[in-house]
Amino acid sequence: MSTFDNPFDPDRNLRAGCACGQHRSAAEHDQAATALRCEPIESEEKRYEGVVASAVMRAMFPQDVARRAFLKSVGASTALAALSQFFPLRTATEAFAATGAPEKKDLKVGFIPITCATPIIMAAPLGFYSKHGLNVEVVKTAGWAVVRDKTINKEYDAAHMLAPMPIAISLGLGANAIPFAVPAIENINGQGITLAMKHKDKRDPKDWKGMKFAIPFDYSMHNYLLRYYLAEHGLDPDTDVQLRSVPPPEMVANLRADNIDGFLAPDNICQRAIYDGVGFMHILSKEIWDGHPCCSFAASREFITTAPNSFAALTRAIVDATAYASKAENRKQIAEAIAPANYINAPVTVLEQVLTGTYADGLGGVKTDPKRVDFDPFPWQSFAVWMLTQMKRWGQIKGDVDYKAIAEQVYLATDTKKLMTEMGLSPPASAYKSFAVMGKTFDPAKPEDYVASFKIRKQS
Amino acid sequence: MTTSSLRLRAGLVSIVLLAAFLGVWHLATRSTGTTATMSPEYAKLMGLTATQGKSAMPGPLDVGAKLWEHMKRPFYDNGPNDKGLGIQLGYSIARVGAGYLLAVLVAIPLGFLIGMSPLLSKALDPFIQVLKPISPLAWMPLALYTIKDSSVSAIFVIFICSIWPMLLNTVFGVASVRKEWINVARTLEVGTVRRAFTVILPAAAPTILTGMRISIGIAWLVIVAAEMLVGGTGIGYFVWNEWNNLSITNVIIAILLIGVVGMLLDQILARFTRMVTFPE
Repeated sequence: MSTFDNPFDPDRNLRAGCACGQHRSAAEHDQAATALRCEPIESEEKRYEGVVASAVMRAMFPQDVARRAFLKSVGASTALAALSQFFPLRTATEAFAATGAPEKKDLKVGFIPITCATPIIMAAPLGFYSKHGLNVEVVKTAGWAVVRDKTINKEYDAAHMLAPMPIAISLGLGANAIPFAVPAIENINGQGITLAMKHKDKRDPKDWKGMKFAIPFDYSMHNYLLRYYLAEHGLDPDTDVQLRSVPPPEMVANLRADNIDGFLAPDNICQRAIYDGVGFMHILSKEIWDGHPCCSFAASREFITTAPNSFAALTRAIVDATAYASKAENRKQIAEAIAPANYINAPVTVLEQVLTGTYADGLGGVKTDPKRVDFDPFPWQSFAVWMLTQMKRWGQIKGDVDYKAIAEQVYLATDTKKLMTEMGLSPPASAYKSFAVMGKTFDPAKPEDYVASFKIRKQS
Repeated sequence: MTTSSLRLRAGLVSIVLLAAFLGVWHLATRSTGTTATMSPEYAKLMGLTATQGKSAMPGPLDVGAKLWEHMKRPFYDNGPNDKGLGIQLGYSIARVGAGYLLAVLVAIPLGFLIGMSPLLSKALDPFIQVLKPISPLAWMPLALYTIKDSSVSAIFVIFICSIWPMLLNTVFGVASVRKEWINVARTLEVGTVRRAFTVILPAAAPTILTGMRISIGIAWLVIVAAEMLVGGTGIGYFVWNEWNNLSITNVIIAILLIGVVGMLLDQILARFTRMVTFPE
């Protein structure tokens, strides 16, 4: 996170020493690469100030040795004072933060009432949209298909969608093919497999043959993760169990009514089932893939080209809100802000348990996992490639797939990277990263081999 | 004398039935007391259903208290997703009104034409017979796709569901005006237009109004389902939003209100029907 480092630290090298240019040394880069994510900083103003200050310092002392010597001799605070004497840091910071006026100020953003939408929702009550000069109305929507249709129909300018949905829409799966794009991922982790209380002794998935599970939507990470999890335990999700697409709010009621045996659902739904004494948490989704994306912030290409400044301001607001939400100490406040009927409409205790990660597991224990849900906006294109491999694996797409081209068209890593740099955040250098799902490493460069490596998949 | 005593006795039976219903409801939803022993910090994270054995179904007292809360401030507005019950009902009634009026404007003139012309009546009959039994909500995806606006789609669905009973009743009413009356009018050399308004319309009015009364009932049934689908505003959205929160109390209140408003709409048209009914 070099951009946030103190430019007045004499020990710091402003010319970066690693491949990506963010870290002082290659060793530090490697260390950070294991947990690549953008860290939020204290305040936005300070962040911009840091960006401007380091640029000025760099201009004044092209030689790093000279800068270090200067800082060592006068001290950082004197240097900062001296610098602001003849360079209007504050004005420059303001000028830097200002961007093109949005073409359209009054925007409508649709969301589904689950904690995945936290950044989209909280940006309204906590003022992130207005800070970026937008007047955004966040509109609660009945289901994923409705969100899709209303965004396609331009009733919404942008919307909260499951991460694979914009890919599916762009490919014309289950809808007319309309190019959509994802400037930011909403949340990572934050889902879970919840089972009905009567199955509390059936913790081994091998015993789950014949059970009925609910997932929120066909084009969802929930579907792919549950299928992956079942298949790794030797069950064919298409023949050994029943998977049903059920709107999240109805999952708890269905579990109570014994219509389903469990679900892989977005949170506050899992916790709600526990809260009502209907189910228990089998595993968190992060135990399948730690750091998996879940929901995304999506808009149509048309909106992006007709109102680029509005879109940029929206993305900035979302990235800002995501950064705020990723800090553990803000989570309680967020839970209170998004609980009312106007937003998620759920008991505050439930949301707090999800967001703080200290939760009742439904079996009488209290567990703590601060990363139960986390927020990281960067739209890794390798995420998109992985989703495409799963679509291929389960027969949602057939034939040859140009993984890389689709991923790059839908997941706007380059634009978001530019935006994040402008905001003083430090996005990762590459849009592809490798990760492991249940211990199996995924190489985004070889998607076809990855698909072929699975024994259980739909035969086409 | 006898009618008033009958009414009194009927009222009494109604009250007894209501009291019995509420009593059974109350007894059936009593909490069973603390069920399982659990550590206090765990219990703090759990809902009342799990900790105190509180029934997941609210009792009449919960519903009454919540209803009172809503009644106290029916018109609050906390943003696009949370409005008072009065406002929600207003949205639903406005949607029903718009779709229904459109249907009246189309169905009655069209019904008149079809009813007065045996040829048209026979020619259009197969279409009407096919279109009539389609569930109005089946039109929803098609409407959303073509109209591209969810609130207009909801109005369209109301329109399409309320048009058939009115159309068929108008056709039937117009076609079954007594031949003698038309012949009398003809003998007196009354023109076609005048005949339609002065003879056929009054004669067919009760049947037409019956069709309108059936339609408003269907329209009110459908709007709740349509709003649950498209969301945004209206009493149907309120039900969906509270269902989302698993707040059965609010769902019951909404059910009650939907019933009351439906009854009022029906009564209004019943009054109109009585106004145009004539003794033969």
